[in-house]
Amino acid sequence: MTNQTATIATLDAEQISIQSVSLWQITWRRLFRRKSALVGMFILGVLIFIALTAEFLAPYGYDEVLIGKEDVVAREKPCIHLLGCSPEKPQHLAGIDGNVRDQFSRLLYGARLSLLVGFSTVTFAIIIGTILGAVAGYVGGWWDNIIMRFMDVLLAFPSLLLAIAIVTVLGPGLINALIAIGIVSIPSYARVMRASVLSVREMDYISATRALGGSNFQILFKRILPNALTPLIVQGTLGIASAILDAAALSFLGLGAQPPTPEWGSMLGAERNQVFTAPHLVFYPGFMIMLTVLSFNLIGDGLRDALDPRLAHVS
Amino acid sequence: MAQYIIRRILASIPVLFGILIVTFVIARVIPGDPCKAILGEKATPEVCERFIKDKGLDKPIHEQLFIYIGEILQGDFGNSIRMNVPVTRLLIERLPTTVELSLAALLVSVLIGIPLGVISAVKHNSWIDVLTMVWANIGVSMPVFWLGLMLIYFFSLVLKDTPFWLPPSGRVSPGIPDDPFFEVWGWVIPESGFWAGVLVFFSRMNILNALLTSNWELLRDATEHLILPALALGTIPMALIARMSRSAMLDVLGQDYIRTARAKGLGRLGVIVKHAFSNALLPIVTVIGLSLGSLLGGAVLTETVFGLSGLGRTLFEAITARDYGIVQSFTVVIAIMYVIINLIVDISYGYLDPRIRLD
Repeated sequence: MTNQTATIATLDAEQISIQSVSLWQITWRRLFRRKSALVGMFILGVLIFIALTAEFLAPYGYDEVLIGKEDVVAREKPCIHLLGCSPEKPQHLAGIDGNVRDQFSRLLYGARLSLLVGFSTVTFAIIIGTILGAVAGYVGGWWDNIIMRFMDVLLAFPSLLLAIAIVTVLGPGLINALIAIGIVSIPSYARVMRASVLSVREMDYISATRALGGSNFQILFKRILPNALTPLIVQGTLGIASAILDAAALSFLGLGAQPPTPEWGSMLGAERNQVFTAPHLVFYPGFMIMLTVLSFNLIGDGLRDALDPRLAHVS
Repeated sequence: MAQYIIRRILASIPVLFGILIVTFVIARVIPGDPCKAILGEKATPEVCERFIKDKGLDKPIHEQLFIYIGEILQGDFGNSIRMNVPVTRLLIERLPTTVELSLAALLVSVLIGIPLGVISAVKHNSWIDVLTMVWANIGVSMPVFWLGLMLIYFFSLVLKDTPFWLPPSGRVSPGIPDDPFFEVWGWVIPESGFWAGVLVFFSRMNILNALLTSNWELLRDATEHLILPALALGTIPMALIARMSRSAMLDVLGQDYIRTARAKGLGRLGVIVKHAFSNALLPIVTVIGLSLGSLLGGAVLTETVFGLSGLGRTLFEAITARDYGIVQSFTVVIAIMYVIINLIVDISYGYLDPRIRLD
């Protein structure tokens, strides 16, 4: 009898793994059929490529001051040879910034930072949020109450304001800004995880695992977590988008990345008073932020639809 | 219904207490010596000691917390340590800017977002639909501060010398009369007190004040100043609302009862407005509520870009200057506004969908 149950359990496990593989395949297939998600993946692909190869692509270093090296002045307009800029002048695709550096190179290096910001904050928030949500949902009782009420309090602040307050406590700087944004985004993941735990906690296969002697850890992370993966991935992808926006906002206010770090938000913030005299210094960094955020939003939306079982008939 | 409302209100009380504690803790753990920050680096130890004693900063931390909560419950927000004025006065002066801005942004987002979403759902897969969705996707991805600066560039510089020029910053042009309505009406009001505060608060909302006093010059000028910040702040919610209206309408329009209503011979417009839209409202209201919260956060950035001294910008400046009084009370006020907004959203759920009341 025990043997039989064990066989059934292994069978179940195998079936689950087979199913989950095909689910991902279906998801991929559906994702590739959506034009908007494809556009998002294309933009993100280009950005990742830029981030990985910034050293080779950038014509100048991100902190290379061109005074004395070239005949350029601070905040000079972009010089693009194809668009009629005299070929004798050195080419600066996005112009010169206030400290006489090549803005195009700084923009390229900025891609690295933005992607890093997005991925690291969301990873941090997902790990902490998942653990908190899992404990709240699985243990229940007082723990559930304390954790979730605390999450409610965190959610009761507009996220940017709370992030500003936390950065002020920790001190300005990129790492502290990341921690602040990470903390602010924890509640949404905790909620998703808790909801998933609650929805499957009483199911037969969980009781079966427990009857077979599975530990709480095993049940939580091997049986329950896979159920929460889908909403977590969607939430995470969209979360990267808002994390990048928030980080840029903090840097814009002078609380995030400090000069000479080529962070798009702080590049924009440093030149914001020059919008009438040197609009290119404001336009390009913001445009890059928008592109990056857009790519994650498009992929996130695509993933949500692709993973939605109600839309299964579409495939 | 009354029971439902009471239950929702009771449920938000613990959250409010949590907010009080969190803001208190945040304000206290901000590093740096408040004395040196406010009186300057040259303040002598004796002066600092007296300062700390005056402000009650030498008491044990839990005692400070109780004093603080007690004062807030009595509506006393204390003094701004740096500016040495009552925080309540600052609130009355600066909150109207933020409220006016947020309401204008909300108006922009709802008035444009909902029709866009509904039209693109009704004309599903048409060019209007495609354009709206492309715009909505770009809209939610734009940094508020960038959009604000780009609007300033376009409307204040590119469109200079055209009738479409708009002012880049501030709330009113200098020299425009903006006498508060109670003075125009000849009311004599007390120097301070609750009602005086309320009157001053409303008189600081320029557009309302202009309407009440028939001051058309002020109305035009204030509106001109409000358009760009409202557009900048309203674009993200507008995009969110358009997206949600579209998907909610698409869901509803595919239901059998819509077909039945059409089959009964009801007009197309009537079905869309009465049968479909009223049922699609629930998720739309959720998004509107959520975006109101983000408006309050976005106000910091918008106010910074457009040089408006509202709640957000004052709070930001207070945080960097370690002005405890302002940080604590402004954060509390914003969080309370946020909780109240959520409460209103919750209660409106109960109205829109009677099933929710029973949960």
